[in-house]
Amino acid sequence: MHERRDRYPEYDVLAKWSGPSWNDKTREVIARRLSIAPEPRFFTRDEYDTVVAIAHRIVPQPAGRPPVPIAALVDRKLHDRIMDGFRGPGVPRDADAWRQGLKALNAEASAAYGQRFAALPDGLQDKLLRAAQCGELKSAEWGGLHSDAFFKHRMGRDIVLAYYAHPTAWSEIGWGGPASPRGYVRLDIDERDPWEAAEAKDGSDAAARRSNRRVR
Amino acid sequence: MSDNPLHVPRASGGRAPDVFRPGGWVPMRQYRESEPVDFAIVGTGAGGGTLACKLAEYGFSVVALDAGPYFRPLEDFASDESEQTRLYWTDDRIVDGANPLQLGGNNSGKAVGGSTVHFAMVSLRFRPEWFKSRTALGYGADWPLDWREMWDYYTEVEQALKISGPVTYPWGPPRPRYPYRAHPLNGAARALAKGCEALGIKWTETPLATLSAPRGLAHPCVYRGFCVAGCSTNAKQSALVTWIPRAIAAGAEIRDLAMVGRVEVEPSGLVSGVYYHRDGAWRFQRARNVVVAGYAIETPRLLLNSATSRFPDGLANSSGLVGKNLMAQSNQAVWGRLEHEVRSYKGPPSLAITEHWNYEDKGKDFFGGYSYMSQGPLPQLWANTLFSARGLWGESLVEAMKDYNHVIGLKIVGEMLPQESNRVTLAEEVDQYGLRIPRVTYSWCDNDKRLIDHSLNFMGRALEAVDARDIWTQDDDTCHLNGTARMGSDARTSVVDADCRSWDIPNLWICDGSVFPTVGGANPSLTIQAIACRTADRIRVLAQRGELNAAVGRRSPLHQRSTEVHRS
Repeated sequence: MHERRDRYPEYDVLAKWSGPSWNDKTREVIARRLSIAPEPRFFTRDEYDTVVAIAHRIVPQPAGRPPVPIAALVDRKLHDRIMDGFRGPGVPRDADAWRQGLKALNAEASAAYGQRFAALPDGLQDKLLRAAQCGELKSAEWGGLHSDAFFKHRMGRDIVLAYYAHPTAWSEIGWGGPASPRGYVRLDIDERDPWEAAEAKDGSDAAARRSNRRVR
Repeated sequence: MSDNPLHVPRASGGRAPDVFRPGGWVPMRQYRESEPVDFAIVGTGAGGGTLACKLAEYGFSVVALDAGPYFRPLEDFASDESEQTRLYWTDDRIVDGANPLQLGGNNSGKAVGGSTVHFAMVSLRFRPEWFKSRTALGYGADWPLDWREMWDYYTEVEQALKISGPVTYPWGPPRPRYPYRAHPLNGAARALAKGCEALGIKWTETPLATLSAPRGLAHPCVYRGFCVAGCSTNAKQSALVTWIPRAIAAGAEIRDLAMVGRVEVEPSGLVSGVYYHRDGAWRFQRARNVVVAGYAIETPRLLLNSATSRFPDGLANSSGLVGKNLMAQSNQAVWGRLEHEVRSYKGPPSLAITEHWNYEDKGKDFFGGYSYMSQGPLPQLWANTLFSARGLWGESLVEAMKDYNHVIGLKIVGEMLPQESNRVTLAEEVDQYGLRIPRVTYSWCDNDKRLIDHSLNFMGRALEAVDARDIWTQDDDTCHLNGTARMGSDARTSVVDADCRSWDIPNLWICDGSVFPTVGGANPSLTIQAIACRTADRIRVLAQRGELNAAVGRRSPLHQRSTEVHRS
């Protein structure tokens, strides 16, 4: 697997948890997110396994750290009925669109390769997802849902938003993270507050590593 | 706080949340439903919240209802993108047309204070010619307002919100100094400035409704970057922390979690109050005047849902224009990557702006104008932009996200033209209140597309001028909604007059972005508030002349002030 943390070595946005960058409300919200068990409440077990497989292709994660439970985050969003609130004519509401899309994707996998989506090798999963992205999947199971719209506005969107809602992803991209009440002081180009992530430059990451260890 | 503002009303029992003190309350006058108030206002955002304040301060009795919760900024607003999506209006809606709108953060709000609770705070005046765009510039429609009068109301709003802005503004007629100093530039704004200078056009610090110095109990912006979310420090001068506290202090009542489903019309043809859903039941508030201030989708929806046998096409709709001429604004972007670290998540996203193409008419192959601003997307928004607009997923998405701290972007607020075919109608499906949901139909016209092409080309050159690499364009985004109940000087071609009074029903008013005949290339919130201030002044004058259905104006202000306070 590829190394994912080398751009901001040892930076952990959660190291600031008890400092002035995180207020009580933010801690409450993120603590709830971090405590989500990787078990479905909204999806059936079969649906959930499919979502796990899809999420692994949309946002692949390295083996060297605990994975962000993307499927569980999506599941909880649907369970809590948090919705975008708009949809095309004939398109089901968010939760129903997910169920229908998963059913259709599994039907496509079975028709083309004789197996459910989750059982396919990575390459065939990617092939199916690319076909969905391009709107090429058109079997009857899709109903009024277009595969490209499902890919872009529902499935992929929810998966991408779920992953980048997690502190692990924030550390990976070197984002400063929640910043209330402290905020930031050094705003200009190439300026960085000591509580922001330091980027490893030109293959030498010792300085960044040292700096990131001290982030609080 | 253990209460849940999304499920239990907070403004009740003679008190409302004190938005400046954790756990605090302020006393609030309450009115009986059975006795008509002078004004029932539907919506408490830039239009309704401002109007509620001004009318209450003029001595009118006011009940302002909002479908959304009454947030306490210091306690309720996490620094978190997901959590803050609850500030958006996410009730069921259908979108269609050739360019269906994406609704949510860019164009909706469901809270006391409306979308100003999470707006990006960009506070611009309209170019004077836009108020006469048909006559002066040859497109769109003329407003029945004079820009010089609006200039005075802009000043009033800028003072009320303590706008932070530059000492001198480079475009348009002179205006007073902004009350608070401009914010420092962040890396993204610095890059915008450099690009403008390379291309020979002016730029400036963006006038913003976030504090650059303390104000009362609110402290200045700390540049935490959660600006299109709720501000947890009260630096953001939303309606929730500016107009609403003033309104309550002046005797207005705010009702949160109060969804208005119907405006009632009497046999006389006048409106008599509103049916609203609160605490699990439908209720009725009597009123001498009703103001609809629900923004460009909910306003026409309510007027259409209030149809009667006398007004079968909905209220205020003899022109047939309620719901029509919906206008979004173009919100396309050009993105690239700098070798330098930009970290544009710090500070308000749009700290620098150029209005060059709003004021320069040469070199255009389209009507209208656009401004463009620096950008600062937070991680979720940025990841979804790469996914949905650029089609990245898998390793390519993960790798691109690692460049997050080097991303640089410029985004327009562009003028889209009014078209009757862009409209809000009622779908057959109903929502959780049993009300027919809106269908929002939107298609770009050729002029819209030419404006977008021009802006993307120009902004691409601006990014090249600052040595950005991997430049790409995001061409499918829109923001802000206006129109659907336009103002005008002719009852046959508009819904309300210059005073925001409906032509058809003299005690029915509309006061929000719905009344815009054109949108211009500038963020609309300052203009919405300026129009609300003007409407309040006009209502006071009409009341004094006896041309209004209101108790005040027929009594002395002293008498009005002594009106009994009803508490439940």
